[in-house]
Amino acid sequence: MPLIDLANPTRFLALVGRTLPWLAALTALGFLFGLWDVYRAPDDYQQGATVKIMFIHVPSAWLSMFIWGLMSIAALGTLVWRHPLADVAAKAAAPIGAAFTLICLVTGSLWGRPMWGTYWVWDARLTSVLILFLMYLGVIALWRTIDDFSRAARAAAILTLVGAINLPIIKFSVDWWNTLHQPASVLRMAGPSIHPSLLVPLLVMAAAFFLLFATLHLAAMRNEILRRRVATMQILQAQAAPGV
Amino acid sequence: MTALTALFLRDVRAAIRAGGGAPVGVLFFLLVVTLMPFAVGPDLALLQRIGPALLWLGALLASLLALDRLLAADYDDGSLDLILMSGNALELALLTKALAHWVTTSLPLVVITPLLALFFNLDLPASAAVTVTLLVGTPALTLIGLIGAALTVALRRGGLLISVLILPLTIPVLIFGVAASNAAIVGPLPFGSPFMVLCALSLASLVIGPAAAALAIRQGLE
Repeated sequence: MPLIDLANPTRFLALVGRTLPWLAALTALGFLFGLWDVYRAPDDYQQGATVKIMFIHVPSAWLSMFIWGLMSIAALGTLVWRHPLADVAAKAAAPIGAAFTLICLVTGSLWGRPMWGTYWVWDARLTSVLILFLMYLGVIALWRTIDDFSRAARAAAILTLVGAINLPIIKFSVDWWNTLHQPASVLRMAGPSIHPSLLVPLLVMAAAFFLLFATLHLAAMRNEILRRRVATMQILQAQAAPGV
Repeated sequence: MTALTALFLRDVRAAIRAGGGAPVGVLFFLLVVTLMPFAVGPDLALLQRIGPALLWLGALLASLLALDRLLAADYDDGSLDLILMSGNALELALLTKALAHWVTTSLPLVVITPLLALFFNLDLPASAAVTVTLLVGTPALTLIGLIGAALTVALRRGGLLISVLILPLTIPVLIFGVAASNAAIVGPLPFGSPFMVLCALSLASLVIGPAAAALAIRQGLE
């Protein structure tokens, strides 16, 4: 189906209504398989059972970057093609992205405590993820501050694109800053490559996480459309009220 | 070009005559620098080591606080609509306004920096390095701030929001500004390499800042 067919919110809602239960079931199945795989996965010879944090940590990290990319595409959709659902997609994605980034940070610091002996290290990757989290919160703050839907959408779209240009620069700067301060990075996996017995559960968990994101995103988009309809209906009702 | 010159002169004149502009920013910078020893202790050796970082932080905060004045007054009295309709490229007009803003708020900070460096016992090369990096780096701060000012121009409570939106984007400027200053003082890096990156960041923001801000103004005011 071409993307423009989804411009009609009613058609989009119908599509979401049909696919969401299947997607949710698929997500549950994915997590069932993934968690079973994780349960059976061997402990790392150095890190012990804590290596299992990785199966939540790494997929959230992937998603945290993927969602900003998705928001950037949606931002182009808002500014260039004026697609009516692009701003809905961008607005719905921001809190989910912030949540996954927070999960990545929290699981990372819980993992870091037994491994490095501290909850937080000013390592380049940790710092970059923290900055990404702050930028998500900035976008959400901008969405919430501007009352008018379409105005907020365009302002947030510009900020998202500026962020997309800046994120690689920030990443590069933080890497550079970090190598200047501490020559050897603590964040190294035990081996040069990850063993298949850990890789397979990781990939299954990543698929489950992406399905979870798709489910949450579609549900959030549906809620956003319904919320706008409620707001419009309230305005119409207030206008039609007697004595005005 | 004459229209842009007139705009530049008008902004500079307004900033100088209105009061509460550059001197207050410099005073704020001085206060931030005065507060630092209370926070980290009066140990001059320590202050000398972290002096460039403290001066950079102070200048960053001082230039940030002035940002809500960059476009707000013109939005309130309708000048921004006139600029938008004047037929000149909005990007150039915004660049001119940012330049005028930099001359009236950030340049005084750069000028006062050698004096404030004395408080941290920085010697002459160190103080010169901080001043030069601030001279090159503060335009980037103003131009990145221009984006935030343009995004929040129509908002009543935009002041704190600008900081939240802009500060993450200024991290690279801060990193390379402080790194270049430190490189000039203690090494081991040559001063040139981080300084060149700092110049590159300023030049990149010279393009991205006005373009994104003009887009935001056009989208926001229609």
